[in-house]
Order: sequence, then structure tokens, then C-alpha cells
Amino acid sequence: MTNSQLTPGIVPGRLSSESYCENFADHAPPLDAQEARIAADRCFFCHDAPCTEACPTEIDIPLFIRQISTGTPEAAAKTILSRNILGGMCARVCPTETLCEGACVRMESEGNPVQIGALQRFATDTLMARQSHPFTRAAQTGKSVAVVGAGPAGLACAHRLAMKGHTVTIYDAHAKPGGLNEYGIASYKAPGNFAQAEVGWLMQIGGITLVENWMLGREGDGDLEGLLGEYDAVFLGMGLSGVNALRIEGEARDNVTPATEFIAELRQASDLATLPIGRDVVVIGGGMTAVDAAVQSKLLGAENVTIVYRRSRAEMPASDHEQHHALDAGVRIIEHAAPVAVHGNGAVREVEFAYTKNGPDGLEKMEETFRLKADQCFKAIGQSLGATPEAIKLAGGKIAVDGAGRTSVSRVWAGGDCAVGGEDLTVTAVAEGRDAAEDIHLFLMGA
Amino acid sequence: MADLRSEFIGIKSPNPFWLASAPPTDKEYNVRRAFEAGWGGVVWKTLGSEGPPVVNVNGPRYGVIHGADRRVLGINNIELITDRPLEINLQEIKSVKRDYPDRALIVSLMVPCDEDSWKAILARVEETEADGVELNFGCPHGMAERGMGSAVGQVPEYIEMVTRWVKQHSRMPCIVKLTPNITDIRKPAEAAKRGGADAVSLINTINSITSVDLDDFAPEPTIDGKGTHGGYCGPAVKPIALNMVAEIARSSETAGLPISGIGGVTTWRDAAEFMALGAGNVQVCTAAMTYGFKVVQEMISGLSDYMDRKGFASTADLVGRAVPNVTDWQYLNLNYVTKAVIDQDDCIKCGRCYAACEDTSHQAIAMSEDRTFTVKDEECVACNLCIDVCPVDCISMRELAQGETDPRTGRKVGPYANWTTHPNNPSVQAAE
Repeated sequence: MTNSQLTPGIVPGRLSSESYCENFADHAPPLDAQEARIAADRCFFCHDAPCTEACPTEIDIPLFIRQISTGTPEAAAKTILSRNILGGMCARVCPTETLCEGACVRMESEGNPVQIGALQRFATDTLMARQSHPFTRAAQTGKSVAVVGAGPAGLACAHRLAMKGHTVTIYDAHAKPGGLNEYGIASYKAPGNFAQAEVGWLMQIGGITLVENWMLGREGDGDLEGLLGEYDAVFLGMGLSGVNALRIEGEARDNVTPATEFIAELRQASDLATLPIGRDVVVIGGGMTAVDAAVQSKLLGAENVTIVYRRSRAEMPASDHEQHHALDAGVRIIEHAAPVAVHGNGAVREVEFAYTKNGPDGLEKMEETFRLKADQCFKAIGQSLGATPEAIKLAGGKIAVDGAGRTSVSRVWAGGDCAVGGEDLTVTAVAEGRDAAEDIHLFLMGA
Repeated sequence: MADLRSEFIGIKSPNPFWLASAPPTDKEYNVRRAFEAGWGGVVWKTLGSEGPPVVNVNGPRYGVIHGADRRVLGINNIELITDRPLEINLQEIKSVKRDYPDRALIVSLMVPCDEDSWKAILARVEETEADGVELNFGCPHGMAERGMGSAVGQVPEYIEMVTRWVKQHSRMPCIVKLTPNITDIRKPAEAAKRGGADAVSLINTINSITSVDLDDFAPEPTIDGKGTHGGYCGPAVKPIALNMVAEIARSSETAGLPISGIGGVTTWRDAAEFMALGAGNVQVCTAAMTYGFKVVQEMISGLSDYMDRKGFASTADLVGRAVPNVTDWQYLNLNYVTKAVIDQDDCIKCGRCYAACEDTSHQAIAMSEDRTFTVKDEECVACNLCIDVCPVDCISMRELAQGETDPRTGRKVGPYANWTTHPNNPSVQAAE
């Protein structure tokens, strides 16, 4: 190792190999059986439980926790997975502090919720470790459905459809299935190639064919019309492939890149020591993508990592818990500052920000600016829908859908990040995919 | 620091906490450690007659009931009386008593049901200068099948007979230890009193099977695929023990008979409760077996603080204080009307009170859209279930004043009146 945290520029191998292992290990190690029993004992088994209400997939949380406490974690897993087939990943990546755990009545009594996420992981890991799949397919219906996108929405939709006896083909633009679970989530949240393991486990239901490296509308692949000709119904769950631009001077300079690309590259890297990272890294944005990019930059050995957000910390889409995770990792968070220019000679050297304040017409940039040194600048100010079939009506830049996920085009449903509504969380995507599948099923069976 | 000194049937000890006759008191080594830790007295593990010692099983002898955190709630055992030679036990007793003259040292005994056997052992025990004897008429397993232990304790005539022998052949104070495995605890207590016992101690362990192995289909503890009932003790048995102590304390036949309270005493509070119900002191086993002898330190400080708070000069001020308030159901005031009240500030909106009341009680709790839970006074019978299941203790009972109308019955709350005079009581009508 010749490089260190102090090596200028963008270089790989800033850390010892042990440090990489340590930094990117499971950031929330699983509960063992005894820990799970104690954690489960803290659940009050609330009536009409607020945690369940707060879960986008409405998992019966008190029931699954009680099943853990009675020594039947596999029954608990079935309770979870019957509502949320990606319950394993959600246990790892859900912002539980704003969902189930935020609603836990223990917050009211002692400010310390039942560890619902960790318990969910305990249950689902136990079941998946046995490679057993608790669901079986209904008799084949002879109906077929195309699902575009093998992310959380598409997988949830495909699984539910397969379970109902339909034949499903999933088309995905990437080399691997999983969508953001595979490409868009911080490495330490789902280590051990969990995303692929989960897809493999999910596919055990049978009746699902996966087609990779296939993009809707791309020459040589296929289009919506083609799918509608071949299948009885189509579900669109292709996520958001575009990245919002900063729209500032110098944005085109080298090493100013989407945070999502950095995260994806990191997830796919077989040896983190070969992954170059800047000494000074600036991340612009305030969501989970910003936090994941910033924290991982730090974990790769960047000396200074700064998240800059244009509004206050309280307004950041990343939860308080996420923000503290970043701060604990040594990331600096600057609030009330908006980028105005990227400076440098070819590549970025500095990013200039203007302080902001809330004015009568919304956020205003103030006169005063400051500059941050940057070898790398990651843009994390949101993503946008890529090209969509013309026939599909949009609303607010996303695919317009009704409550059941039906789009403006007959026999076409949509869900997940590409569709209107939801909070762009894995768990909401799962709920939307699942619910669309139920509606597709009703439609196909002639209801 | 309150004065915790205790005198129980003339036996003095620096505090009212004794270790019960059980594995912790089986030999000199343990008893010395117990005294060093601060225990006021020890009842030495039951001695049997001269001769080949009893044998124990060589597999598990304890079963357990756990809470979620493996907290021990109850233990049962299939251990027998001491399996060490009589002579060694007697030597050790003498040695310990000589070194700890200020502590109570009682010797538990169980010998066959004939006068000579008792006469013989008593003479040996007297030589040790122990403070007294406790007659083990309670052990429910192993020895009972041989006509000893609870086989004696379940027959009041035997209790009386053996107690009389003991008093006849010994100058030592005599405590009769009672088995709870009977229908009416007062009968054996009365028999002990008739026989001349100085005190009774209770409860011994309760016949039990703690659990069943669902793979081997055998009761636990399991010995080579089989199991047998054992004696249950620990926190789980405390309510049963408290009732039995109170029954004896308040019975006119046995009123004034000193009681040594046993059964799940784990903290100072448990001890104080037994004493308030009439126990002159308490005996402890499971708490020590679970946590070691050090637990007595909390019992000493806790009881002392409580007595200071209450201004009790000695433990005698506490003993029996709750006995007058233990009564029969028929004397309870039927005009005592209360209603549950939920403290909205403290409520965490778990809804357990609602589920319990709605599903299993009187549908007397309303739940609003925003999860506010309120008591419907017109339905509430004050059963207390909501309070019992509330995890944060935010529900209390409000007593309706005399003259106030009970919204449930529409009647005004009247003065004290009980079942004996209630119009629905057929025996009242019959008397008319």
C-alpha cells in the first residue's frame, strides 16, 4: 500500500486491506437467538398496532415478533414474507426509524423502540438460511405477464403473479437482477451478496423467467407494443434511470459524477482496494443517496467528505438516523448552501456554494459564497424517469397510475420509483408491485 | 438502618432472612459462605436416620420455568434429603454453630414414622447445640413414596403424632414444615399445634412437571427418557404461599401460632409481604440458588429502608399487620364502586387495555380514530384487567364517593354492605 488518506487526487488503496473489510462489514450485525428473544420480549403486542400501520407493506409486526418469541422464527418469516416478499432486504435497508420503529409505542414510553428491523432480519435470515421457500404456486392459469424491471417493485409483482399461477417474464436492463437492491444501496447495508441471494430465493416460487440486458424501447430489445402483443398484461417497474443535473457553471468538469454511479460501481467492485476515491469529496444533496455516497467515500479512505444541502438538516430527506450515521462516520454536513459553480482546470478542484435563506418566494441564494476543495463531486439531488413509451401518460415527471397501479394504457400497470406516489423506498416499491399484481390477477381472471 | 433483629420462637437471628432447608444448606462449606454473606439463619438440609445415606439421581435433578430473558421464574427438583452420612452432617453443624453463635441454625429432619427413629435422631441433633429442629413433612417426591415427607404432611393425625414425639423427646424448639399438596392448609397446621409444635413453616414445594420435551415426549427434568413430578418453588409459587400463610394466620384455631414464611421470597418486598401476612420470619431458597448468597444484602437494605420509612421499631411491628384485612369474600363491601381512569398523558396508546376489555371483559374501553383510549363508565365493572395488562401503569381506579351515581347501574353508591345482607343471597331470604 503506497497511498494513504493524505495522498492527493483520486487514488485507490488509501487503506489497509483489513480496513476495507472492517469498514464494509455488516453495519448492523444480526441478532443471535438470545438477543432476538430478549428484543422480542419488549414487544407489547399492541392492538391494531401502530407499527403495522406505519409499514407500507402492512406486515403484521406484533404477530411475527410473537412467533419469534415462541421459538418459531420460520413462521415469523412467513408472516413477514406473505406481505413483503423482499422482507429480508427491507429488514436491512428500511428507514425503520421513520416507519415501524418510529411508530412503536415504546418510543412514547421510553424513546427506545422494539428492534423491529433487526427482528425481521432474524426471522427472514433464519428461513432463507435453510433455502426453504414458504409459498407454492397455484395451478397454472395459462396467462402470461411481462414485468419490466427486476427491482423491488418488479420482483414483488412477479412473485405475487407467479404465486397466483401466471407465467411471468421479467426484463431488466442490467446484467444482474435486483435493481437498486443490487446497484443502489450502500454496500455495508447488504453485504455478502445478499441482493442476489434474495432474488435467487424469490425465484424458487417457479414460473418466472428472467431476461437480462434488455431495455424497454432500445433498438433490438423491444417496445411496449411488442410486449402487449406477446403478453396478457405488462407491469412497468423500471425505476428512475436519469440523474438530475445541478445546472451550474462547470458541471461538465471531470470527476463531477452522479452519486448513483459511484454507489453502483462500489457495489459491483470485487476488490474495494482498487476503487479510486478522492482525498476531498463533496456530495451535493440531502437524501439517502447522498448519505450512502458520502459515508462510503469516507469508508474508502477519503480524508474530507462533506455533504452540502441547500435547506436545513431538519428538511433533509435523509432521516435523522441516517444523518447521524454520516456524522459518526466522520462526514461533515453543511446545511443552507446551494452549489453555484464547479471550479477547476479540466477536473474539479473546488465547488462553490452560496448560502441560502428562506425568502417570500421560497429558497433564495444569498450573495455570500464559499468554496470547498474537491477532487470528486457527487451529485445526489434526485433522479428522474428515463425514456418511456409515448402512449404512457405522465404526471409530475413520473408514470401516472391509479390506486391499483393502472396506467393510462389498458393492460399496463406500473409501480415503484417510476410511478407516481410512494416515497421511493424499497418497501413502498414492494407494496406497489404486490398490489399491482393483485389487480392484474383480478383483471386476468376476468373479474 | 432499622433494627432487623429477629426472635422467632425464642431463636435469635440478626435478621429475619433464613435459608430454607435445601441444596444451599447441605454442608458446612455452603452454610459458612451463607453466614459470611449475611444470612440471619439457616435450616440445614434435611437429615435422615443413621444408616446408608439416600441416593440421588445422577442426571438432571432440577427443572425450570424461564421468562423471556431466561429469568428464573420457578424451579422444580427431584432431589432427596441429604445424601451425605449423618455423622458428617452432625459434626459440621456443631462446628458451624460454634463459630456463628449469633446466627440461627435449625436442623431439618425426616425419619421413618416410628417413635424410636425420632427419638434417636433428636438425641444426636441436640448434641450439636443447634437452635431447633424443623420437621420435613413436606417433601413431595422420592421420600413420600417411602412413607415420609409429604406422606406424613398430608395426614394431620401423623403430623400431630410425630410432633408430639419430637416435643416429648427433645428440649429443642420445633418447627413443622407443611406441604401445600393438600386441600386445606389449616388442617395440618392445626394438627401441628395440637402436637405441640412451636411453629409451622410453609410452604414446601408443590407437585409439578415443569415442561415436556416435545421431541422426546418426556417430562422435564428428564432422566434417561423418563421424568417424574418434582417440587416446584421460586417466584411463581409466591401467591399460593402467601394465601396459605394468611389462612393459618387468620384462622381462630391457629391464630398466634408462629409462622416461618416460605415460597418464592426473592426480594425484601416479598419478605415484607409474607411478614405482613403473619410470618415471623422468612426462608429463602430459589433466590439464592439463582443469584447466589449475596441476594440477602438487598433484602436487608430493602427491608431496613422500608421499616425506617414506616417508622417500625422492629420486625414485630410489621408481622401480621395485614392479617386483619384478609377476609372472606362474603364480607367484602359490595357498595365499594370504582371506575378505571386512563391517564392520557402517560398512555402510550398500545391498546392492550382495549383488546383485553373488548375481547375478554365488558367492552368498557372506547378507542378513537387517533388511538385515544377512554373508559366508558357506564360499562366499566372495575374488574382491574386493564390495569393488570397495561405495560406502563397509566390506569388507576377512582373510587366513587357515597351518594355518587354509578353510571353503570344508575344507582347511588350506598354505605358498606356485603353479601350476607344482600337481597340476592338465598340464605338471607331463607332466614326471613
